Amino acid sequence: MELLVASAIGVIMAAGVYLLLRARTLPVVLGLTLVTYAVNLFLFVTGRLTVDQAPVLNQGHESFADPLPQALVLTAIVISFGMTAVIVVMALKSYVESDSDHVDLDPQDDGEADS
Amino acid sequence: MNHWIILPLLLPALVAPLIALAVRHDIVLQRIFSVSSTVILLVLGAILMGSTASDPVQSYHLGNWIAPFGIVLVLDRLSAMLLVLTAGLGLAVLLYAINGWDAEGRHFHPLFQFQLMGINGAFLTGDLFNLFVFFEVLLIASYGLMVHAGGAARMKAGVQYVTINLVGSGLFLIGVGLIYSVTGTLNMAHLATEVGRVDAADRALLEIGGLLLLLVFAVKAALVPVQFWLPGTYANAPPPVAALFAIMTKVGAYAIIRVYTLIFGDDAGASANLAGPWLLPAALVTMVIGMAGVLAARRLGEAVAFAVIGSMGTLLAAVSVFTQEAMAAALYYLLHSTIAGGALFLIVDLVNQRRTGYTDWLRAAPPFVHTGFIAALFLLGAMAMTGMPPLSGFIGKLLVLDGVRESSYAVWIWGLILGTSLLAIVGFARAGTTVFWKSAAVGGYLEPARPLAPALPFVAVGILLGASIVLTAFAGPVTVYLDTVAEQIYNPSGYIETVLPTSGHPEGVRP
Repeated sequence: MELLVASAIGVIMAAGVYLLLRARTLPVVLGLTLVTYAVNLFLFVTGRLTVDQAPVLNQGHESFADPLPQALVLTAIVISFGMTAVIVVMALKSYVESDSDHVDLDPQDDGEADS
Repeated sequence: MNHWIILPLLLPALVAPLIALAVRHDIVLQRIFSVSSTVILLVLGAILMGSTASDPVQSYHLGNWIAPFGIVLVLDRLSAMLLVLTAGLGLAVLLYAINGWDAEGRHFHPLFQFQLMGINGAFLTGDLFNLFVFFEVLLIASYGLMVHAGGAARMKAGVQYVTINLVGSGLFLIGVGLIYSVTGTLNMAHLATEVGRVDAADRALLEIGGLLLLLVFAVKAALVPVQFWLPGTYANAPPPVAALFAIMTKVGAYAIIRVYTLIFGDDAGASANLAGPWLLPAALVTMVIGMAGVLAARRLGEAVAFAVIGSMGTLLAAVSVFTQEAMAAALYYLLHSTIAGGALFLIVDLVNQRRTGYTDWLRAAPPFVHTGFIAALFLLGAMAMTGMPPLSGFIGKLLVLDGVRESSYAVWIWGLILGTSLLAIVGFARAGTTVFWKSAAVGGYLEPARPLAPALPFVAVGILLGASIVLTAFAGPVTVYLDTVAEQIYNPSGYIETVLPTSGHPEGVRP
């Protein structure tokens, strides 16, 4: 079980990093999304993989499912969702303004005056 | 419990939506609200700094939940000093920006306030996860400010900036998750007591988590090998925003100082001094790359951006020695480099607005309005930045050289600081000569494309350069104060005892 989850997170992360290194904005945004999925899953399992456990600390229970990673991952999901929306809008705006969806900056001129 | 501690967060958090919702159609009211809020932040910072004189560490438990379980804000001398620095720089930048930059796009003032809130939060929080949250607050505001006023190049640079920071946030969460998984806590004071007792088998996970955080903070602080985003971002951002961003690299430096002295400091058992072996070489290379970049820059804005990278190298080289004397020197250099960087970016914009058609490209162009006066301001700013006497950069570098004398790598640090200072002097001399002196030979005259604002932009630059002069003139009292700050950083027991309940530390939720 641990091996399965760990390797799944690793594969998602690797795919995300591969897409991040592409030259155009859409694969980069998709790559970021995959990276955040991998991170969220990772954060979720830092509370250990357990089944059939009491949900919160309770008297009489020797062990329990750790509630904190679940709270953390909720915050992380909200933030990463918002950030993804921001970068999608910015990538779109960048495409509209420069008529190119390349991530790299345009090669700059040598500062010749327009006039 | 001192309720003043939460006001530096509450005030901008309330003023920003007020500006965005209630007065969004009236730029004058927006300016009044924004400037008043920043002035009050400065006063609040001063009050809080005053209160740390008698009561050096104060904690604020939100909802009165006891420490490792609830959210906690901690005010100590370091965070109080940085609150004042943030508000002071923010005020100068705002005075500059209200002369027209803020009306170039929408929502400048709400984003500015949220930016201040995020920075203040990062300085005040006593919890690693909330450090992440406040990083996100300051970043999302900075994304908006970075692309303020739009333009194709700025948007592209903005997408890169957002991407690199989102990856950084992902790494931050992995680091936080790793640390939580082996210690069962994220409260910094609690972590400080727990990391020493982590099982030897789990220590690798803990240290990977700690080093991942170092990588994330290095992205923020623009340390090699993750400094590449900074020149593109700062040179393409609106210059007043770049001036405000001068404090953002220091948020990274603050996080490094806090985490690697409090959590992974001398008391961390087998994980003690986790960052030192990585930080020192990175800082030295950063210094070289930054100052060589000043020499190679093709635009004045780029030169200043590379100088900011180089100054982060100097600052973190002093931090990486991890001694009290070097830390006090690093803090002086932190104050100085924030002010000098902010002033230089504002001067770049003064040049930009007047050199119609040439902007800040390093090419000879005809003289422009106020050439002589702006050249004098640039000279002062460049002298401060490169560390020439008599301004604060000189004293800062002198203190750093003195502070690292005990280190076994002192020769390297000395050699590189002195060598890169020369590079920076040559680079800035070349830039200033091209922009200001050669204009006389070209002849003619450049008319500004748009009517220029009255005196206020010069007042804003004057405040920052004046602060550098004050920092020089009162270097004695300032260093005495910074010694007490550094002493507090290296005696974390006061911090830990204030945050955690007095009856020992509570047991972690996981054995």
